[in-house]
Amino acid sequence: MAYSFPEEVLEHVFSFLNTDRDRNAVSLVCKSWYEIERWCRRRVFIGNCYSVTPEVVIRRFPEVKVLEMKGKPHFADFNLVPDGWGAYFYPWVAAMSVAYPLLEEIKLKRMVVTDECLELISKSFKNFKVLVLSSCEGFSTDGLASIAASCRKGEGINFVKCDFMVFCYLIRLSLVSLFQFVHGLLPLFTFFDLRSKLCKVQFRNLRELDLRESEVEDLSGHWLSHFPRSCTSLVSLNMSCLHSEVNYSTLERLVARSPNLRTLRLNRAVPLEKLPNLLRHAPQLVEFGTGVYSAEIRSDVFCNLREAFSACRNIKGLSGFWDVVPAYLPALYSTCSGITSLNLSYATVQSSDLLKLVSHCRNLQRLWVLDYIEDSGLEALAASCKDLQELRVFPSDPFGGEPNVSLTEQGLVSVSEGCPKLQSVLYFCRQMSNAALVAIARNRPTMIRFRLCIIEPQAPDYLTHEPLDTGFGAIVENCKDLRRLSLSGLLTDRVFEYIGAHAKKLEMLSIAFAGDSDLGLHHILSGCDSLRKLEIRDCPFGDKALLANASKLETMRSLWMSSCLVSFGACKLLGQKMPKLNVEVIDERGPPDSRPETCPVEKLYIYRTVAGRRFDMPGFVWTMDDGSERGFT
Amino acid sequence: MESDLNFKATELRLGLPGRDECEETVKSTPKNNKRASSESNIRSEIASSATETHPAPKAQIVGWPPVRSYRKKHSESEPGIYVKVSMDGAPYLRKIDLKIYDGYSQLLQALENMFKLSIGDYSEREGYKGSEYSPAYEDKDGDLMLVGDVPWDMFKSSCKKLRIMKGSEAKGLGFCA
Repeated sequence: MAYSFPEEVLEHVFSFLNTDRDRNAVSLVCKSWYEIERWCRRRVFIGNCYSVTPEVVIRRFPEVKVLEMKGKPHFADFNLVPDGWGAYFYPWVAAMSVAYPLLEEIKLKRMVVTDECLELISKSFKNFKVLVLSSCEGFSTDGLASIAASCRKGEGINFVKCDFMVFCYLIRLSLVSLFQFVHGLLPLFTFFDLRSKLCKVQFRNLRELDLRESEVEDLSGHWLSHFPRSCTSLVSLNMSCLHSEVNYSTLERLVARSPNLRTLRLNRAVPLEKLPNLLRHAPQLVEFGTGVYSAEIRSDVFCNLREAFSACRNIKGLSGFWDVVPAYLPALYSTCSGITSLNLSYATVQSSDLLKLVSHCRNLQRLWVLDYIEDSGLEALAASCKDLQELRVFPSDPFGGEPNVSLTEQGLVSVSEGCPKLQSVLYFCRQMSNAALVAIARNRPTMIRFRLCIIEPQAPDYLTHEPLDTGFGAIVENCKDLRRLSLSGLLTDRVFEYIGAHAKKLEMLSIAFAGDSDLGLHHILSGCDSLRKLEIRDCPFGDKALLANASKLETMRSLWMSSCLVSFGACKLLGQKMPKLNVEVIDERGPPDSRPETCPVEKLYIYRTVAGRRFDMPGFVWTMDDGSERGFT
Repeated sequence: MESDLNFKATELRLGLPGRDECEETVKSTPKNNKRASSESNIRSEIASSATETHPAPKAQIVGWPPVRSYRKKHSESEPGIYVKVSMDGAPYLRKIDLKIYDGYSQLLQALENMFKLSIGDYSEREGYKGSEYSPAYEDKDGDLMLVGDVPWDMFKSSCKKLRIMKGSEAKGLGFCA
């Protein structure tokens, strides 16, 4: 090219591109842009850890600072993926410990992270700042201790602390000419070396340790004391998933010496009485998760707590609230006007108490709550919280046969009517009607995520006893920007026809106990243009739709099918036809070839990959290779 | 390690015992049968109904309703089922909370990690094979039982104390051929 920007200029321009989509587009322009971009990409997001190998990532992006990665399929959350399936982080951290010494952030979801991984992280990355483990497992509090202790890592020279002689030496150095500079350099190094040993200062690097809903082997609370006394850099600490008690004075001292602490989520073991002291040390908190929110009702405890909360003028989010004693809820009323996010999904309190709290929170944007809130509570919510964007209502008694609370489809309809900004819904209930779904769809065409779980599988419209096809059809027809949808209730192939026809922006779809035939699956695979993740359980979908739409699967991240009617023969065929897909059969009954080829497999997980088949599969997972019969006895 | 421990002997099958597994699965289509077609769901029914404090009117299907197991664990208001764990030859005992485990495989894994040993594989006939250790527990009646014989929920409510037995004494508990 006669004219082209110097690399540094392009790099500077690229630094304004933050999304993967933009950066990927830029790398396709020409070879030199590809090269420049890959050297300056700092964040990498890998939606499926098996879609690519660590070596390939490292080869393409040599200077990554932030790694975000997901492992197990979503249905692992509901125990549908047997233990030992995979998603091990170790191969990644082992490769990165060598290739990315300057790595700063690791964010993982549904991966197996061992104590060895955590130790390796603490030893290898001297600038390590952020560790987020969401729904991960495989590690213990011993591993956390090594992360906490790693705050000691990282060294530098504090020039302020250097003595006067070194300072003079440096001044003199800057005044002499280049020639003399070179001569001056050699003795400088030895001198400096000696001095630097005396002026060494250790960087306190760790900013975030967030264990969000991970399964941790909780040996004791002692790990917290491994944060060195000089660690003052914490911005976020989320230990809500742990069971063990921690030492309260250790915790208090840690909080007190962390002036930048914005997020603190305690675990259930921290009693209510300890909260005021903690809050007093951190009035700058923005997100706070309580421990158990119960104590004997005593006015001094109450006043203490109320005062402590009122000193926290920046709180925007609250969570925790195990075992709530309602009498203590008013202690946090002072924070309510600023609250935008409230997680009461563990708070087993009645509707009236919930109502009182929620109606104070006029700026609420996100509410997670148990169905104790009932229809009346949701009506009040709709009346007072006009900024509400996300609502999640969880079941208090999911396995009971009879409804224990008065929460029906009406609650959701009220919220859809009253909250103009509502875009994200997760709702568990026991009855639904097409009329309600149509109303919700018409009220809120701006809906982006709609996940409805009617607790009884295949429950029909309770008014008309018809399938809920029309209702969900209205949702996809009206909500043109819908990105995520979970279906439930009695559904025929027709609902899939509607979805395939209208849900053009849909990226993730979850289906259970629905449909009549392969036609249903065919509508989805052939119609949903933006589909990335599809998960299906207990539906009568078999070979035909899957094989007819095989190439669609290469445009998606993954497909999960369990307890459906896909035969082993079809899986083999798919594996042979589509080399860019990994077709994995999960079957705990034993090798699939010990049964007839027409026999349906228990579970099937298909994902696109450039890594080829994986080699860390447990005994109950078989990969359908192209051609060879590897893996079978 | 298998995720559940051989409930074949007690499982409720949809047809006569000895019938072809595959046939059974195909016949029970999800549309007509609320219990989903795989055997593991039926196993969970046994496990969960064994110790219900109130009888569940319907069979429990694995993973339905889709409530995360994390949420289930953290929603419980019981303070936890702490039991002492002793190991033959160890100087002091440990304590674990049975409530936080989903099943035997997680419990055994935790014990293996805690005591730095390997427990081996369970079989109904021979107890724990493949290592010199056998996990046993004291039940409500004070009897020493082998871990793994009864459904998980029943075990949680009847286990008072755990004991990791070592060597020949441990083998005496299993029924040797």
